[in-house]
Amino acid sequence: MQAHFAELGALINQISGFIYPNEIELQWSILIVIYPYLTGLVAGAFILASLEKVFNVKELQPTYRLALLCALSFLIVAPMPLQAHLGHPERSLEMFLTPNGNSAMAMFGFVYMWYLMLVLLLEIWFDFRADMVRWSQEARGIKRFFYSALALGSKDISEEAVAFDHKAVYTITLIGIPSAFILHGYVGFIFGSIKANPWWSSVLIPIVFLFSAIVSGIAMILLIYYVSSLVRGQQPKMPCMDKLASFLLYALILDFSLESLDFIHRLYESEESIHILSELIVSKLFLSLTIVQILLGTILPLLLLAFGRYSRLPAELKRIIYVLSAMLIQVGIFSTRWNVVIGGQLFSKSLRGLTAYKLEIGGQEGLITAIGFLILPFLIFLLLIKILPPWEDEKETVPAAIEA
Amino acid sequence: MADKLNRRDFVRRAVESAASVVMLSVCGPMRSLGRASEEAEAEPAAYDATKHYYGMGVQIDKCIGCGRCADACKSENDVPREPFYFRTWVERYIIDSEREVHVDSPGGGIHGFPPPATEEDILRSFFVPKLCNHCDHPPCVQVCPVGATFKTQDGVVLVDQDYCVGCRYCIQACPYGARYLHPEKHAADKCTFCYHRITKGMLPACVEVCPTQARVFGEIKGRSSPLHRLMKMEEIQVLKPELNTEPKVLYTKLDGEVR
Repeated sequence: MQAHFAELGALINQISGFIYPNEIELQWSILIVIYPYLTGLVAGAFILASLEKVFNVKELQPTYRLALLCALSFLIVAPMPLQAHLGHPERSLEMFLTPNGNSAMAMFGFVYMWYLMLVLLLEIWFDFRADMVRWSQEARGIKRFFYSALALGSKDISEEAVAFDHKAVYTITLIGIPSAFILHGYVGFIFGSIKANPWWSSVLIPIVFLFSAIVSGIAMILLIYYVSSLVRGQQPKMPCMDKLASFLLYALILDFSLESLDFIHRLYESEESIHILSELIVSKLFLSLTIVQILLGTILPLLLLAFGRYSRLPAELKRIIYVLSAMLIQVGIFSTRWNVVIGGQLFSKSLRGLTAYKLEIGGQEGLITAIGFLILPFLIFLLLIKILPPWEDEKETVPAAIEA
Repeated sequence: MADKLNRRDFVRRAVESAASVVMLSVCGPMRSLGRASEEAEAEPAAYDATKHYYGMGVQIDKCIGCGRCADACKSENDVPREPFYFRTWVERYIIDSEREVHVDSPGGGIHGFPPPATEEDILRSFFVPKLCNHCDHPPCVQVCPVGATFKTQDGVVLVDQDYCVGCRYCIQACPYGARYLHPEKHAADKCTFCYHRITKGMLPACVEVCPTQARVFGEIKGRSSPLHRLMKMEEIQVLKPELNTEPKVLYTKLDGEVR
């Protein structure tokens, strides 16, 4: 407690102008930055997966299952930083049991459960059902029991049954696309609906969140596809990489246009808050917004992708450019989340001063915890691809083995 | 009389009064133990929330910036003494001849204010006591995911700290910076108009101690209340009216620069 007070006391020196006395303590820490970052990846990865299923983009076939499992891994971790951030984590169930119908936040549990249970898990189950049946028939002992349990006891892999699976997957994806939009648009709404905060309060925020989510999701799947191919000793398929890069480029252009629109709109309307927000951008957010988010995270990958996609470079070089762009984009999108969540708390609601945020290293809301929450989805992902190998080539070998 | 009191009488009276003290202290808790829960609710039988609708008037031109209100509030309401947590505080506005606005509130104004840096250049200067505005249309109540913060029938916005999950969404949603997370209770905290006092017919602590009666507490709807009289006689402004929160803290002589 005393250490906390000492930290707050030290922050007083970093304050410029006037802030309300209660504003010295910044309420939403880096953990709340991670939350929209993770849900964005979920929504983005799912929307990419649905491109293959619903819009029949054949080149993306190798990434479909990767994207689904990736989305699931991130979705499992997404509520954890929220939970860790609560003053009374033991009361969090009240959001489900006695939700306030007027609260945007109270709906989180329901949107989350809908997405997890009815969209992701169902789609993954139907997509892997036939494989799980095959694996259970092929394996022995505990493994046999395990896959049989995962398949929920179903054994039918007749053509009709598999056709039904495909149909189910198609239908769930159809429902899933608007659900993914809702999931992340909703996260944007949590911020966008706060009229007390001029940095957040914008009708565009949910839409900007959505498109940045799609950008981050595609970039993440590009990285995962590239790395997983290398680890498995295979060349990433170039048509797939090209297609991913194209979609990434389109999404990035849309995202950047929307963010620019938001920016220009604010600047042109020049409301009461414009002075303090301008000050914020050129001082406390200069590095994370101007340099990292806009220059390194958006404009540079935009140029790189356009160059890589439409020039006649050797495939090897193109891949490197794509991967580099995707990495830059990840950093850029994380900064975007940072600039929204932390940036929105760095100025006083009196619009007369700037506050400060000191990222702790240890502690419940420190850097180490944050890094843990960012690594955890990848560990879950590794576990998932062990249990449910998503590889197309192996999928084909399994039935062959059974026939033999 | 007193000199007629012999030793026997004295002992007898002493035993009697001791016994009655014991009886009272035992019966009191027993009475409340035996009381059914609905009776407990009805306990402030004298107090009927539907018969009240509270607000507070703040007369800017009467505030001298002594900070006794903020100090009394901390003592009365278990607000941490550290200068990062306030249910009420005082801001000082100094507007210079260039119409530049300088605002400060060192330690919430609890220990008063240091002399202004630019004494010659002052166009106008005044103090603004701040507190929860007990909005009629409170954004904090709207956003609370579990309904731990709520508006009572008598118009006061309260927090159920045994129910608050500590998500701090309400703190983000409050346009006035009137809320904080209590560092020990890990729940949102804010001004209650001293609900424990006003339901007993007393005044909020800040109003009670104000030496200039800059704060006027009372019924917004009651016709004979001092607050009603203030609303009748003075021009009334509220903070950030454009946000449509409909505050029930009503200011007189409020400068347009105040946010």
